[in-house]
Amino acid sequence: MPHVTIDGLDLDAERGWTLLDAAKHLGIEIPTLCAMDGLTPWGGCRLCVVEVGTAPRSRLVSSCTYPVEEGLKVRTNSSWVIRTRKMLIELMLGSCSGSKELQDLAAKFRVEKMRYKARHDDCILCGRCVRMCAEQMMGAAIGFIGRGQDLKINTPFLKPSESCRRCGGCMEVCPVCSGRCQGPDAENDVCGRCASMTPTCSGVFDDYMCYMGSTGSCGTCVTKPVSGGK
Amino acid sequence: METSGLIRVSGCHGFCANGPLVVFVPQRFCYVKVKPSDVREIIEETVVKNNVIDRLLYRDPKTGQRFQVENQIPFYKRQLRLIMDYNKRIDPCEIRSYLAIDGYEAVIKALTRMSPEDVILEAKNAGLRGRGGAGFPTGFKWEFCRKAKGSPKYVICNADEGDPGAYMDRSVLESNPHSILEGMIIGAYAIGASVGYVYVRNEYPLAVKHIRRAIEQAYETGFLGKNILGTGFDFDVRVERGAGAFVCGEETALIRSIEGERGEPQQRPPFPATKGLFGKPTNINNVETWASVPLIITRGGSWYSHFGTRSSKGTKIFSLVGKVRNTGLVEVAMGTTFREIIFDIGGGIIDDRPFKAVQTGGPSGGCIPPEHLDSPIDYESLSKLGTIMGSGGMIVMDDRTCMVDVARYFMNFLRGESCGKCLSCREGTQRLWEVLNDICEGRGKPEDLDLIEELAHCVKDASLCGLGQTAGNPVLSTLRYFRAEYEEHIREKKCRAGVCRPLIEYQVVSDKCVGCLLCKKACPQDAISGELKKTHLIDNERCIKCGLCFAACKSGAIEHVRAREICHT
Repeated sequence: MPHVTIDGLDLDAERGWTLLDAAKHLGIEIPTLCAMDGLTPWGGCRLCVVEVGTAPRSRLVSSCTYPVEEGLKVRTNSSWVIRTRKMLIELMLGSCSGSKELQDLAAKFRVEKMRYKARHDDCILCGRCVRMCAEQMMGAAIGFIGRGQDLKINTPFLKPSESCRRCGGCMEVCPVCSGRCQGPDAENDVCGRCASMTPTCSGVFDDYMCYMGSTGSCGTCVTKPVSGGK
Repeated sequence: METSGLIRVSGCHGFCANGPLVVFVPQRFCYVKVKPSDVREIIEETVVKNNVIDRLLYRDPKTGQRFQVENQIPFYKRQLRLIMDYNKRIDPCEIRSYLAIDGYEAVIKALTRMSPEDVILEAKNAGLRGRGGAGFPTGFKWEFCRKAKGSPKYVICNADEGDPGAYMDRSVLESNPHSILEGMIIGAYAIGASVGYVYVRNEYPLAVKHIRRAIEQAYETGFLGKNILGTGFDFDVRVERGAGAFVCGEETALIRSIEGERGEPQQRPPFPATKGLFGKPTNINNVETWASVPLIITRGGSWYSHFGTRSSKGTKIFSLVGKVRNTGLVEVAMGTTFREIIFDIGGGIIDDRPFKAVQTGGPSGGCIPPEHLDSPIDYESLSKLGTIMGSGGMIVMDDRTCMVDVARYFMNFLRGESCGKCLSCREGTQRLWEVLNDICEGRGKPEDLDLIEELAHCVKDASLCGLGQTAGNPVLSTLRYFRAEYEEHIREKKCRAGVCRPLIEYQVVSDKCVGCLLCKKACPQDAISGELKKTHLIDNERCIKCGLCFAACKSGAIEHVRAREICHT
């Protein structure tokens, strides 16, 4: 059993654990986004970075993918980790400013400024939906397309996928749009787009739900906007 | 009188600035910049009568001296061409010409007279380090893979060269593919691998063709296949073509790509040595590393370790490009200084303009300013200077290069070539580019510098693979050495190199203008007015700042100044 030290606490970890598993076992909280129980760790959002090794040769690794190793020293809240984490949240918020989950994260980690021009991408490419579809729903109907700035998630050749069973699992696990898809519930919504006159789904869910041939079934485009909260 | 001679295609000679080249063996006369119209004269004079044609010889631009013999030319004289020297001696498509210069001797020696452990020991003694950029000691890498459990084991040749301005791997692949195969056979024997892959990008059609033909011929000759040389060692090599993603040069992404998956880097550990291609132990080395192996085996590790510095042994091929006279492929011993490469071998800067910086390591590397010209080139020194060895691109820049623009260029490259998996790399490079673009276009704010510095560190620290972990370098190194230039762009809205178009405008210096009409003819916008022998005038409303007039003027009468609308804001 590999022996690791996390934030000064010693632990004999199970073989095959990741650093995130080990930290959870000790009750140490590490923020995560692309990681989700039931899905293979992916390490794309980098939010769960921790510092491993001893300075000056220490480095940051994503705890959700890094396996426990004998004698590893881990720090989950060093100033380096916190600084990097804050920058990562700022970057996320910059691309999907409307997401409730991201705004909550920002508030929790005291990201108080956003120095980038806000974009409203509605997808932070965390890949939860891709893994959900492939691993839990056995659909593998969506995947990553392109790379770099052109990276996006969609069905192959942007055509309705035959493997898609329209289960909605992809939308269920999405951290960015989940705040918006619950309909015009003013209390839970931060983006406020449901209250606007444009159907919220048109830009985004054309590619997913409506794409899958069940136009209108998610309900957002047909629900009448509610003004002034409840 | 009858003369017989053999004319044949050879591999790349490396002196790109003066190609096409013709070399006579055994006299070693070297003709440069040969045109089809020169062929008759060459046959009649040199081939038949053995006379040298003076006008085709290389002429030193500074002294005017002409050089008859190839290795007297300063460009070649100061190099140590251990690998590149074979290129011109062989026909890349003919295994017999490789065998004629003792090719595959190293395979014969290794397979018949050495144990795999001996081969690994020899590689360790040689002190050979990975030429792909990171510089991991090759012998140790082989040993890890040899000791790893699993079968079959794989060796891979990483020929996915993608740095802008780097083409040394391509040259070796095209000119001497057998040396790579030979290295791979020896490496596979040392590791116990039975299958090899050459991962080469499809943008290199000639390289693909030559390596394929080399593999075919090696099978026919019995250096590949079952029971090689009767030793009972089996080894197969396949070519895998990449679709040109820069990130696939990263080893774990390359493995994914061969497996048929998205070229996306994976978490290490587990390292490919224990869990690589198809989950089996895999060893990946760069083209140049493999090509160095036969030399080490034939001539011995201690002979090889004789070249270079204490920690970096042997030679390294650099592709010397940019604003330097003798562009081309340069092979030198490790520890050679930048000054020797750029000024002695490279012949200095074009038009003798001032040297400003040299970029090593492509988009993952950094810029080195004039004050470090005398620092030796080895893995450690470069990393101290804030750059990396990389695969060996060396881009020389003069005073007409804007360093902010250079950083923006590389960031633009990286934001398109990041695989997009890590948020830090995908979003980070995009945001860095946005801020740099703002600075170049005159919208920079004083706080931007702190922001990009912080962000560049975050990209480096938080990303998973080698691409992301070095993606901040172009910004950090230019900030480190050329901060004043950034500040000029932000505070004074001035680009001293005259590159950032929104910040400049062109004007005619009236007392220098001779009224020759050259600029007027060059202007695509008809923005220049004036008559013969009268001072010209540029209409800034029409001017698109293409700089053609600036380049066309022979009397230095066109200069760039700060744009007026920027001055007013």
